[in-house]
Amino acid sequence: MAEHLIEFRNIKKSYGSVDALGGIDLYVDKGEVLGLIGDNGAGKSTLIKILAGVVKPTCGEIIVRGRPVSGWNAGRSREAGIETVFQDRALALQQSIVHNIFMGRELVGMFGWLKLKQQLAEADRLMREIGFTSEAYTPRSIVGQLSGGERQGVAIARAIYKQADLIVLDEPTTALSLAETAKVFQFVRQVRASGRSIILIDHNIHHIFDIADRFAVLDRGKIVLEADRSKVKSVKELVGFMEHVARAASAGGGHAKAAGGVAP
Amino acid sequence: MTDLADQSRPRSRTTKATEVETGWHHPSEHRLRRLVLEHRAALGTLAVFLVMMSIFIAANPAVFMTWSIYSSVLTTLPVALFVVVPLVFVVTGGEIDLSFPAVMGFSSWTFALLVQADFDPFIAMAAAILTGLVLGFCVGALVVYAGLSSLIATLGMNFLLRGLIQIVNEGKSIALVTLGDSPAYKIFSSEILGVPVQIFWAVGFVIFATLLYNRHRFGAHVKAVGDNPDSAKQMGINVKRVRVKLFVFMGIGAAIGGTFSTMINFTWWPTAGDGYLLPVLASVFVGGTPTWGGVGTVVGGAIGTLTVAFIQTGVVAAGLSGFYVQFFNGLIIILSLVGHRWNQERYR
Repeated sequence: MAEHLIEFRNIKKSYGSVDALGGIDLYVDKGEVLGLIGDNGAGKSTLIKILAGVVKPTCGEIIVRGRPVSGWNAGRSREAGIETVFQDRALALQQSIVHNIFMGRELVGMFGWLKLKQQLAEADRLMREIGFTSEAYTPRSIVGQLSGGERQGVAIARAIYKQADLIVLDEPTTALSLAETAKVFQFVRQVRASGRSIILIDHNIHHIFDIADRFAVLDRGKIVLEADRSKVKSVKELVGFMEHVARAASAGGGHAKAAGGVAP
Repeated sequence: MTDLADQSRPRSRTTKATEVETGWHHPSEHRLRRLVLEHRAALGTLAVFLVMMSIFIAANPAVFMTWSIYSSVLTTLPVALFVVVPLVFVVTGGEIDLSFPAVMGFSSWTFALLVQADFDPFIAMAAAILTGLVLGFCVGALVVYAGLSSLIATLGMNFLLRGLIQIVNEGKSIALVTLGDSPAYKIFSSEILGVPVQIFWAVGFVIFATLLYNRHRFGAHVKAVGDNPDSAKQMGINVKRVRVKLFVFMGIGAAIGGTFSTMINFTWWPTAGDGYLLPVLASVFVGGTPTWGGVGTVVGGAIGTLTVAFIQTGVVAAGLSGFYVQFFNGLIIILSLVGHRWNQERYR
């Protein structure tokens, strides 16, 4: 078996007697986009918080590039090259693009004076890398003037700065128009083209059907479906299967798992 | 739904190079246009100042041809500048500090006591700055670590510190007769070719602070904290420490201002600094630093200080009675704020 970039083995998380995650097995490979789908309360945010090292799992193993990592925390997560773009985007809107990208990790010389030129050049390179092709903006532009999709692009650029290998995007298209969503996915494609991996989280499968290489569907703390994009003919098939799973789960509490393919 | 987004672009790693390399043009790289855009708040303030001065000068050209009118403003202006500039940082950081008048009084009190006790004025100045630093830290710690509103907490500190000064001194001032002969006085408070030397120190301070604001990590962190503290925290900025530093900076500025004011007068009064509260606040906002945090302008603040300083002088010199001063103060403040509101947008 090929070595995965990041792998979760039997990750569980309980809050008291409530199981938020009940044994998750999941992996991400280099240069792939993994779509993580699930309703509100399915455990998506718990999962990405564990990935970011903000929340500690109750038990389970996290394997980075084939090696189990002990004492997983936010620092280890960053060392492993994982950057999370949180839902609220967390941008400072009155500030410039370059200021946002380097926020908290400014390039400084002696006595803390900023290396402005270097920052501008680096920001310019990053924005080109993700394909930020808008003609109206420069690294000096104020983020508040950008559209929602472009702001998401700044957040992604901020995440790929420092050579992150895996970028976790938490519902990046929420509250965006169709055109803006397309823009965000354009950025995502560029990031993948550069060989980085992405976990794309959404509660709606339609949003990410076209961009993801692989899907994992989360339901009440368990992965109920894992499927390659190539094995799924249409979004309808996937939706149909998910409905089937949901019905089965509510009827008998059982979980189906179809690794690598979908049984219609 | 998002099929539109796909357009079946190849999924290979070699994405069309043209797509990455074109675009990202730099229309606002045009230097002049960018400078105007980036400094529009300061330029707006400058416009207000120039219009105001032209009206004053038109009303009474003769008075404004004499040097003494400028000389008197240049003597008192530096004191305000040393306080306005740090306050621009504080307001940009999303806080406010109303305790600076008492800190001015308190630190210059230290200065006066030490000079009176025959210490070298240089040492006395250093002690005053240290006092300001410690008081600023106390105010900052109170706001940040006790989680109090800076508006109310600093107002309380202002009364508290001023009260302490009054209790101990019982209204008595301290005359510093020996100060005039000291080298420190010559360096910080004399005249060069008829120009009060304080103004050079103040201009130096404004330039240093402008660089600190625009080209230093501290300025970048202050803007980030004032703009979106949650974001700043997420990106690894120690938000609390930045906020405390803001109040420390304010304390240092107030100490320098207070000391300069005492040097000008050769006397320390228990009320030292009291009169600066409202003009300084007005200068910051007339200068174009908005109340909501994240943005601001040090140079604008300095021009705002100049504007506020000239209102009183100008109104009287223009031949109006002193009763008009407050009215014009208010008028200029309101007009400036309207101008800045129209000039800059708040993004949320």
